[in-house]
Amino acid sequence: MTEKITKQYFTYGDSPNVQLLESGLELGPITIAYETLGQLNGAKDNAILICHALTGDSHVAGQYCDDPPDTPPGWWNFMVGPGKGIDTDRYFVICCNVLGSCMGSTGPASINPATDKPYGLDFPMVTIGDMVDSQKQLLNHLGIRQLYSVIGGSVGGMQVLEWCVRYPEMVRSAIPIATTMRHSALAIAFNEVARQAIMADPSWNKGSYYEGSGPHHGLAVARMIGHVTYLSDEAMRKKFGRQLQNKEDFSFNFGGDFQVESYLRYQGSKFVKRFDANSVLYLTKAADYFDLKNVENTVESLNDLSHKQSKFLVISYTSDWLYPTYQARELVQALKRSRQDVSFCEIEADCGHDAFLIEDSRLTNLIRGFLDGLATA
Amino acid sequence: MVLPLPEHLRFDLAVIASWIEPGSRVLDLGCGNGTLLAWLKQHKQIQGTGIEQDKRKAATCIERGLSVLQGDIKEEVADYPDAAFDFVILSQTLQQVYQPDVLLKSLSRIGKQVIVSFPNFSHYRIRMQILFKGQAPKSRQLPYSWYDTPNIRVITLADFRRFSREVGYTIVKECAINTHDEERSGRVVAFFSNLRATYGIFLIEKNT
Repeated sequence: MTEKITKQYFTYGDSPNVQLLESGLELGPITIAYETLGQLNGAKDNAILICHALTGDSHVAGQYCDDPPDTPPGWWNFMVGPGKGIDTDRYFVICCNVLGSCMGSTGPASINPATDKPYGLDFPMVTIGDMVDSQKQLLNHLGIRQLYSVIGGSVGGMQVLEWCVRYPEMVRSAIPIATTMRHSALAIAFNEVARQAIMADPSWNKGSYYEGSGPHHGLAVARMIGHVTYLSDEAMRKKFGRQLQNKEDFSFNFGGDFQVESYLRYQGSKFVKRFDANSVLYLTKAADYFDLKNVENTVESLNDLSHKQSKFLVISYTSDWLYPTYQARELVQALKRSRQDVSFCEIEADCGHDAFLIEDSRLTNLIRGFLDGLATA
Repeated sequence: MVLPLPEHLRFDLAVIASWIEPGSRVLDLGCGNGTLLAWLKQHKQIQGTGIEQDKRKAATCIERGLSVLQGDIKEEVADYPDAAFDFVILSQTLQQVYQPDVLLKSLSRIGKQVIVSFPNFSHYRIRMQILFKGQAPKSRQLPYSWYDTPNIRVITLADFRRFSREVGYTIVKECAINTHDEERSGRVVAFFSNLRATYGIFLIEKNT
């Protein structure tokens, strides 16, 4: 049975209690959209925070109460629910939409109280650390002082790591999946191309497009680039090869011959309907700025954890070329050097970076076993 | 002498387990499905970590709640701080290591004490095969042919004692046993161990 979920909103940071951002700028008030599954127990020690990836949202699992029956459930429905890997019969699961996004939390498309118009580029730059600070505000509001676990993939994994460095006393365990301690030149490069695609669209209008149609074409191209990085050579070869879309022979024009072209165009146009272009600019930049080494250096910042040991489970995928396994191993290395209790497993999968979003009993069993093991530790 | 056996533990592992002090920090190299670690966690409340190359086995360990890293032993041990563990266990792997001396040096850095076990190549049945058949020996403990064996090092109890002396390790404990790989029972071999034991288990520490 699919759980029935309601999206909730928490607002804080009214003047003068605005949030001081890593950039030195201030932001407030801030609204965070979040969803919860399961029940918080009396001791409030069974909460698990799930952090979503770049363009994800708070709808981690289940269906909304007013969804028609055939509506697809949340993005990690195979993992989160009663009796599943992250068992909502036992754990109280929280998932927030990140600061800077457009799926209910405050971001560049939100109304700037100073002008009564959407922020656009007046929205201050936010970092992964700022996102984590806003999640901390929500947990304070919910009265949760320690998380049983913080779990997330990709940019969600960056939030997991930032949690461990910023609030180690609040993290009993952490599962960073398909992620990295710092964005590589390759990852920054792809993000920059995506941003340039948006900003080169005349409809972008320096970020002030909310009264018009918006940079649909630029945003679609940005998504197409993103999708290439989420797949892998092998996945694309198996899924599309050189097959043509609805035709027998080349058209000898630019209408699109190959299935892979058609797929990317479809993904691009689908994305435009649900996501804000300025949010892509801000969120990709936040990912690019992410570098745990900036907090002095990783070993030192993770050393802060040593007084209170957290347990870590690091997971990577063989075909992930956005955050390849060597980057996960760097993280494991840093954790070992700072005497953390860390487990690591690379999962064989040919579907690329997005593998953690595809149902796979290996991932489910790893997470279930790790969470169970904490109870006996 | 027959040792009392902890339940569900292979005889050689039971000997190793009996040397581990309760509550200690233990690193098990090549931990397989985590049998020894799980037993030690349950019966001796250790803080255990395992390293296992095989992805499926490493995943099995994590699924049963153990802290295990999937990776190559010689690379993984390099990252730990000095004396990070009370015991480092290298069970029946030494004979498969390309540079055993380098590895043992690394292990004695990260562990206060190192437990090493390996099949004894000078067991009389192995000697007989070379002597009478003139062929590379096979036994229950060393079941491979010369062309497909992972066991690239030929070690005897006498070799290991001499190696320890030369490199500068003190042998704190030593146990020669006669057992079969998957069997739960076995015996400690007290006399003529180099000839009669199928396995040697050593607890060594670096001379200070």
